[in-house]
Amino acid sequence: MLSAVATEIPMPLAKSKVALVARPAPRVQRVMRIETPAQKTGAEASAEELMSAVAERRDRAAFVRLFELFGPRVKAYLMRQGADRASAEDLVQDVMLTVWHRAVQFDRNKATFSTWVFTIARNRRIDSLRRANRPEIDPEDPALVREPDDPADQVVDAAERSKHLHAAVAQLPVEQERLLRLAYFEDKSHSVIAEELALPLGTVKSRLRLAMTKLRAALETLE
Amino acid sequence: MTPQHHPGDDLLIAYAAGSQDEPVALVVATHLALCPRCRKEVERLEALGGVLLEEQEAEPLAEKSLEQALARLDEAAPDEPAQPSRQLARRSAEVDPVVPRPLRDYLGDGLDQLDWTAFRGLEKVELLPEFPSFRTRLMRIKSGTAMPTHTHDGSELTLVLAGGFSDESGHFVRGDVAEADPSVNHQPVADPGEDCLCLAVTDAPLRLTGPFGRLLNPFLRI
Repeated sequence: MLSAVATEIPMPLAKSKVALVARPAPRVQRVMRIETPAQKTGAEASAEELMSAVAERRDRAAFVRLFELFGPRVKAYLMRQGADRASAEDLVQDVMLTVWHRAVQFDRNKATFSTWVFTIARNRRIDSLRRANRPEIDPEDPALVREPDDPADQVVDAAERSKHLHAAVAQLPVEQERLLRLAYFEDKSHSVIAEELALPLGTVKSRLRLAMTKLRAALETLE
Repeated sequence: MTPQHHPGDDLLIAYAAGSQDEPVALVVATHLALCPRCRKEVERLEALGGVLLEEQEAEPLAEKSLEQALARLDEAAPDEPAQPSRQLARRSAEVDPVVPRPLRDYLGDGLDQLDWTAFRGLEKVELLPEFPSFRTRLMRIKSGTAMPTHTHDGSELTLVLAGGFSDESGHFVRGDVAEADPSVNHQPVADPGEDCLCLAVTDAPLRLTGPFGRLLNPFLRI
């Protein structure tokens, strides 16, 4: 998987890689080995900075970089979710055009660019591959229950959180990590996953719970 | 007071991953509207989705992919939000303090206008009939009423919107989510004082187990 990342980088990205790796990567274990898009953009601009350029100046060059960095990963995500090659291509276009059109809605204080793209790709997939609605809260709904000290309103450093999560995922026992990836990337219920792995559903649930307990602990120092 | 009974991690993960069917996602999302803690939790889980996406192996794009996207940048933005593939009954304009979004949008003209059917202290409305492997119901249980003892072939997820109920596993009030799996044989009893309004989703029909329940079972599907 690791070497595949390097060999499967689309050409424009591979060419610019020399410039990109110039920045020392002060990261942990797994992240040292896997070059994430966030790191690759590091030398010139983070994905979040590129996004600001798109939002503020309609900067096409910045958009091209984001497309090159995230398009192939969004495509891989969609194909694992059951899209064939052609519809995955179409959906990548949709997702990246949504990024362009909704650029001003991106709030780097709330999420990293990769998180934002993940949610856009997820919702497009549900809409298009499942033909279903995604029920979501309306943050403006007067009926939404808030606390004076609403944890959902707390400001977090999204980039810092993402760094902690990368490190914490790398430290999960392999069966928990594997399950987490299955749960996120295969469009399957936990009972179907359990069946396929020949595990009791309870084991699948408890492994996911264990993984979450560890990830939560890793974020605690931060929030 | 904010909810004390939350959906399990597996439900929140499936919600963030987008792998749930709509009826289950509706229960989770409506709970989120009532629960700041779980909103925070889902925000973290979406951050995890971003992290996993970054670590995802790349799938090379078609040669013309970027070119095509650039050619479309000047097109007008599509209507926002994107049209859902299946229209909801109606997007409600009225704010109902009891029923938050997203559930409110599934109810059309509001609670009183729904097609309630009543049976022994229990009123119910079927929602989301387009998902036949689930039974999605809004239920109003008269205060102080006991439901028939029942168990499940699948799992049952209940979100309380008003009033409350108790069963062997605890006391549930507004915002709380009760999860019951096939091993649970329970008899929920609505709190006195106020009717209990809840949203319940089962992924298989209930089996009634009390003496009357067994008798009624072939005729009554609660």
